[in-house]
Amino acid sequence: MTRKQRRLYFVLLGMLALGGAVALVLTAISDSLVYFYSPTDIVEQRIPEGRRMRIGGLVENDSLVKDGKTVTFKVTDVTNAVPVTYTGVLPDLFREGQGVVVEGRMDKGGQFKATEVLAKHDENYMPKEVADALKKSGQWNDGKQQK
Amino acid sequence: MIAEIGHFALVLALCVALVQAVVPLVGAGRGNAAWMNVAGPAATLQFLFIAVAFGALTNAYVTSDFSLMNVAQNSHTDKPMLYKVAGVWGNHEGSLLLWITILALFGFAVTLFGRNLPPGLKSRALAVQAMISVGFLAFILLTSNPFARLEPPPVNGQGLNPMLQDPGLAFHPPFLYLGYVGFSMAFSFAIAALLEGRVDAAWARWVRPWTLAAWVFLTAGIVLGSWWAYYTLGWGGWWYWDPVENASFMPWLAGTALLHSAIVVEKRDALKSWTILLAIVAFGLSLLGTFLVRSGVLTSVHAFATDPARGVFILLLLCAAVGGSLTLYAARAPAMKMGGLFAPVSREGALLLNNVLMATGAATVLLGTLYPLIADALNLGKVSVGPPFFNAVFLPLMAPMVLVMAAAPMMSWKRGDLAGVLGRLKFIAALALGVAMLVWFLQGGSAGPWWTGAGFALAVWLGLGTLWDLTERIGLFSRPAGALARAAKLPNSAWGMVLGHFGLAVFIVGLTASSAWTTEHIQSQKLGETILVGGFGVTLKSVDQVPGPNYTATRATFEISRDGKAIDVMTPEKRMYRQPPRPTTTASIRSGFTGDLYVVIGDPDPKGGWVTRLYFNPCIPWLWAGSLLLIIGGLISLADRRHRVGAPTRAASAAAKA
Repeated sequence: MTRKQRRLYFVLLGMLALGGAVALVLTAISDSLVYFYSPTDIVEQRIPEGRRMRIGGLVENDSLVKDGKTVTFKVTDVTNAVPVTYTGVLPDLFREGQGVVVEGRMDKGGQFKATEVLAKHDENYMPKEVADALKKSGQWNDGKQQK
Repeated sequence: MIAEIGHFALVLALCVALVQAVVPLVGAGRGNAAWMNVAGPAATLQFLFIAVAFGALTNAYVTSDFSLMNVAQNSHTDKPMLYKVAGVWGNHEGSLLLWITILALFGFAVTLFGRNLPPGLKSRALAVQAMISVGFLAFILLTSNPFARLEPPPVNGQGLNPMLQDPGLAFHPPFLYLGYVGFSMAFSFAIAALLEGRVDAAWARWVRPWTLAAWVFLTAGIVLGSWWAYYTLGWGGWWYWDPVENASFMPWLAGTALLHSAIVVEKRDALKSWTILLAIVAFGLSLLGTFLVRSGVLTSVHAFATDPARGVFILLLLCAAVGGSLTLYAARAPAMKMGGLFAPVSREGALLLNNVLMATGAATVLLGTLYPLIADALNLGKVSVGPPFFNAVFLPLMAPMVLVMAAAPMMSWKRGDLAGVLGRLKFIAALALGVAMLVWFLQGGSAGPWWTGAGFALAVWLGLGTLWDLTERIGLFSRPAGALARAAKLPNSAWGMVLGHFGLAVFIVGLTASSAWTTEHIQSQKLGETILVGGFGVTLKSVDQVPGPNYTATRATFEISRDGKAIDVMTPEKRMYRQPPRPTTTASIRSGFTGDLYVVIGDPDPKGGWVTRLYFNPCIPWLWAGSLLLIIGGLISLADRRHRVGAPTRAASAAAKA
């Protein structure tokens, strides 16, 4: 096997692997991308129900209702709020008035059924999307949020 | 006062690093031995200064000196001593200091063990190490000074995030950094080789042990982090394809590929420029990992308070290091002479194929991790890329790799006999298919996911294939008389390979079973109520308040029964820490050969009872066992006399080849 042939083999192998990877990426990415919305996006734009998405904002004060293993609460960017139901144990740092990201689907009644509730390891931390959503709705308070 | 000494020592270290980055490089270019010899003492001095700084910060934590802002924000007098020390690197400034300390330690190790390194290579490599040092020291001194004072000092500190007060996480960052920074050695040697324009077997022998050591540490660091996430987050999962996890996984993939391609350089003098590229990429990905974790540009479940302004600095460092080295690579690599030729079907060919698959895998993980950033920059909306993407893209790329892995060690160098190797493995292949069908039957056909059979078949193929190769090497069945003696004579690196590959097979069993068959029960459970989970009866007996050293725990007592007989008691806790006042969940886990019973206590239900989460996670211990085998395999391989750091010289290796 000459050097040229080996180089050809190397290039072919690389192209094959990359081609396979690109094919896999293209088939997977449309199904598995999860878009992020603020509560205002949800209320104002008609977002198709049934699509997996994330909503970020603050947990509205006095909105948390626990009923056994099912909890309901509202995620708000202060302008608008979206009701969320979740079955399971909430993360330790989940609290009213704090930043949260929920992942799940909208159901027909306008309720957001969350399959995951993400609150961060660190309570001073604000998910970037939540901070941006709050800035967008003009509710961003610089002094309070920054450590 | 001690803190000021630490700060001053960092400034001195920066000065030394500047000298070390320039003088030896110029000396090597001009062939000036005196200038080249500056590298060794400079690296030693730099390490001493940085060690003084690290010692000063550790002292401040141990003595709870709250006049330092860093200590006041992250420590507390009530904290157990282990977490006072671990608190040194449990924050941004301290973790960077740990990073640079490890970097200097590696430079110092080169001067210790590298007496027989060619002077040109050694001085250039140390100069490149010093350049990295300069970048990070400047970063610490300009943006993240750990020795900043607080006036007036508070009476007590704010405490360490309780999630971090855990033995698994106390040791996770040092191991991870030893891995990340360890790849800087391969990087520095790669750049030095590009500058020299020469890569040979001696170079590979030098780079291999460093890469292997870094790989062992990185593996241990990732496993510790994953184990920590498994038992402290209380979600029953151990890997989430989270950006921060991916940040450590990408250098691991590149490092694993580098480890294998360096073998080809050493044994066969081939794949040189590819190996150099992998060395650059592995360290580049380590820097990227540091950037992703420290900058907070990506939303992550593991993210801690971060400061984007600091991220810009690391991003610039990253661009300089990767951009500069790739430019140098583009200019110099084509001049590198290709060495030994080989056929596509050969051990080199198989190693190359797996290298390409692993590099492609790393590239897809990189794409998935950075896609949210790209989409945001291009205004395509805010997205997150989750586990479905990675599972659908990464795992199919790894499946053929595992297929090749079992056969590759049986192939000969240069030209392999594929039909012969497959013939030797035909019983293993039949067995793997049999297991796949058995698994399919046991899970009730399409009642479970379709890929469980494939996962188990791959594990059997790789695990038994590896063992079969071992038995053939020592002639266990063909000449059983001297088999033990032959086994004792096998080089350590061969045993390392066997353990590593077998460990991966064990890992695949755990991965497949735990992803497919985990059962989860979430309910409001009344006192005395029994829930059936994975064949165990789980009865909530009582819930009590129990005091801890710096927290109060709500401890639930569960009685575990099997076939009506009580066999064990499990006590998960929900802890409320005093400083900072923050709750954490401590799951209770009962590990067995077939899996883990995983019990979490939640909040009280206003209607009576408690919310409990009960899981049965099949084969999770297999994951840890497999990872442990990988680490032990790496360590045994590292103990190989031929890999001992500093053992080879160019002359000796030339003599060995002749």
